[in-house]
Amino acid sequence: MTTTALVPAPSLPQRLRGWLPAYGVYVAVVVLALFNIAFTDHFLEWQNLRIQLVQVTPVVIVALGMALVIGTEGIDLSVGSVMALGAALIPLYLGYGMVPAILLALLGGLVIGLVNGGLVAFVGLQPIVATLAMLVAGRGIALVLSSGRYKDIRNQDFLAIGTDAFLGVPYTVWIAAVLAVVVGFVVRRTVFGRRLLAIGDNRPAAELAGVPVRRVLVTVYVIAAVLAAVAGVVQVSRIGSADASRIGLLIELSAITAVVVGGTPLTGGRIRVLGTVAGAFLMQLLTATMIANNLKDSTAQMVQAVIILVAVYAARERRTR
Amino acid sequence: MSEPLLDVVGVSKQFPGVRALDDVSFTLRPGEVHALVGENGAGKSTLIKVITGVYRPDGGEVRFLGRPAAFNGPLDAQHAGISTIYQEVNLIPLMSVARNLFLGREPRNRLGLVDAGRMHREAAEILAGYGITSDVRRPLGLMALGAQQMVALARAVMVDARVVVMDEPTSSLEPREVETLFGVIHQLHGRGVGIVYVSHRLDELYRICDSVTVLRDGRLVHTGALAELDRVALVSHMLGRPAAEVRRAGFTSFAGSHDAATDRPPVLRAEGLSSRHRLAGVSFAVRPGEVVGLGGLLGAGRSETIKACAGALPLDAGTVEVDGRPLRRPTPVHALRAGIAVQPEDRKAEGLALGLSVRENIALAVLPRLSAAGLVSEKKIDRIVETFMTRLRIKAAGPHQRVGDLSGGNQQKVLLARLLATGPKVLLLDEPTRGIDVGAKAEVQALIDELAAEGLGVVLVSSDAEELIEGSDRVVVLRDGAVVGELRGDQVTTEQLMNTIAVAAS
Repeated sequence: MTTTALVPAPSLPQRLRGWLPAYGVYVAVVVLALFNIAFTDHFLEWQNLRIQLVQVTPVVIVALGMALVIGTEGIDLSVGSVMALGAALIPLYLGYGMVPAILLALLGGLVIGLVNGGLVAFVGLQPIVATLAMLVAGRGIALVLSSGRYKDIRNQDFLAIGTDAFLGVPYTVWIAAVLAVVVGFVVRRTVFGRRLLAIGDNRPAAELAGVPVRRVLVTVYVIAAVLAAVAGVVQVSRIGSADASRIGLLIELSAITAVVVGGTPLTGGRIRVLGTVAGAFLMQLLTATMIANNLKDSTAQMVQAVIILVAVYAARERRTR
Repeated sequence: MSEPLLDVVGVSKQFPGVRALDDVSFTLRPGEVHALVGENGAGKSTLIKVITGVYRPDGGEVRFLGRPAAFNGPLDAQHAGISTIYQEVNLIPLMSVARNLFLGREPRNRLGLVDAGRMHREAAEILAGYGITSDVRRPLGLMALGAQQMVALARAVMVDARVVVMDEPTSSLEPREVETLFGVIHQLHGRGVGIVYVSHRLDELYRICDSVTVLRDGRLVHTGALAELDRVALVSHMLGRPAAEVRRAGFTSFAGSHDAATDRPPVLRAEGLSSRHRLAGVSFAVRPGEVVGLGGLLGAGRSETIKACAGALPLDAGTVEVDGRPLRRPTPVHALRAGIAVQPEDRKAEGLALGLSVRENIALAVLPRLSAAGLVSEKKIDRIVETFMTRLRIKAAGPHQRVGDLSGGNQQKVLLARLLATGPKVLLLDEPTRGIDVGAKAEVQALIDELAAEGLGVVLVSSDAEELIEGSDRVVVLRDGAVVGELRGDQVTTEQLMNTIAVAAS
């Protein structure tokens, strides 16, 4: 009964179209790295690489959560505010020790995530609207908690997270790396990950197939928010102060960019975790390249815009075939 | 003989992985109603898309009114005089009925603005001719699917079409609407319009078509006058099986009645299912090994009853029991846990995750069973996927192929594989053979029989009366969301079904 269709291999342009959204980001990173090795002084020095790694860390962590949300055909605009909330909670509770302070910061993220997830899964609000509300409310709460003041951190244990290193690699980078591996594992190997993708591809079908859609959605938003809170903690430990009015500002856009450039379609049903990490690196490298070659930040932004458009265009080609 | 309206000459079309059309020719003359038939994947849709300019042929050419034609998509083809009505309604649900009807050619007033008054008046007049009397200012999406289809038809015919392509136009129509459609086709025929008629329903073909073209696996198998081809010969052309074999097997593949042990307690019992505007106290029971058909016209509440049993329709009242135990909560999760598996009517919208693989789709409902501590076991998934791909003879390049790239029949089999993988006690099948090719249809019907024989309770909904009657041991007839009759034993005949529905309707 089986019909094995004998067909010529797809032509080069066809293969390129399927290949570009999936792997284009890695090529771009390599090209940009080679360019820098050739033309940027001190690029390969560990000092520089270390700075790049440390700077990209919060975006990577936030983007991991964003990738999960986008995989369900949703979006989370509140991540920047959740970072700020996590940051604002740290100085308030550092008096009880580092661990309670961090746990409370993560708990703050969890609460916002529950609200996001509840609004999306149970109330039925569109993700963009629900999380927009939390974008506004979250930063408001953060500002209230910190009384709108910039706070210096003096707890040495806590600051060590941001300054110390293991095997020469900063702790914060390790944190991001471990989280990336965990998220990748969750997407590929767990029941939760499979269900998440099924919901993103076709929610009514997932529902009829007995997938606990609401529970999965709430979990996804909680994970995204907790990851954002982690990013907030990491950021505070690195810069040694908590400024609720600035931390995480516009990071939702960087995270979405990383996810999209990494080849995860906004239409849900597919998540590229490694691509997301590469997407974040690409954007970081781009900015660094521009700065190192004395181009303005504004130029970097315009180039970023072009890359986003290319990424989305490539994804479109793949879908319409 | 008159000049052909449309002349497709030796067209070929290649897709990655499939040769969709291979040197196919097709001729349509004025006033001809030409049936285009074949199994799914035979190339009918591709041929239509080549004619209407959605695809460009790799070889051969399309001639329209004697000149080579290469349209830039359906709109361009429509302007030239080829209108198409698709299987799924291709209109804008949020716009008003009138707006949809006149979309792109709205009557204008002197200021160049849309003349709403005139548009509504004309729309109402036109639609009355199609038996539609509802308010044309209401959004189209609020109309029944059948009525929407009639609007699509009216729209296609309104433009001065020389050729109208109808892709399974009756799949969501009620018998009365089908009559209206045939009336319209008759008029078009009289006006010299050529019609390409795609359908899986043989009765319809023999009623209204003059000639027939049969495709199989992208190749032309037969073309000629329909009157010279009897049904068995037609089916054998489509299936590629010798006529004698087809005759022996009959038109559906159901074996007949099952010996459902009448003394055994029902495996599924629905009691007083009520949901505002949709269901008004539906009760019925299914015993193990029994196939219970749900009969009735479109909108009678058949699909709603199925959904209610599966926990997917919010209920105002009523209970669903499996093996005498009521569902803890009426949700799909609990229904599935209790042993109810549902195949929804619209497999693309509610059944399959088309972007995911065959494998992911089959395993979706049973992930917890194929995993430990939340981690899925690829080995267990492979085993179950292989089992069901073999058992249901799913034709795919492999378990990792996207379901969206499969033919309709194979998609349906993937969906059924998912249901069976859950090890259900009750199967709820809503139009299990809609829009799938004859071969797959036979396989699905045989499978339903086999499953009932294994002791599953089956609820079957089908708008194909023959399928419903031959497949069911009992038929519960619904109307306006309530049970109006039940056919048992010798009463399970097409005539009785029609009578019951007719009596209920009066």
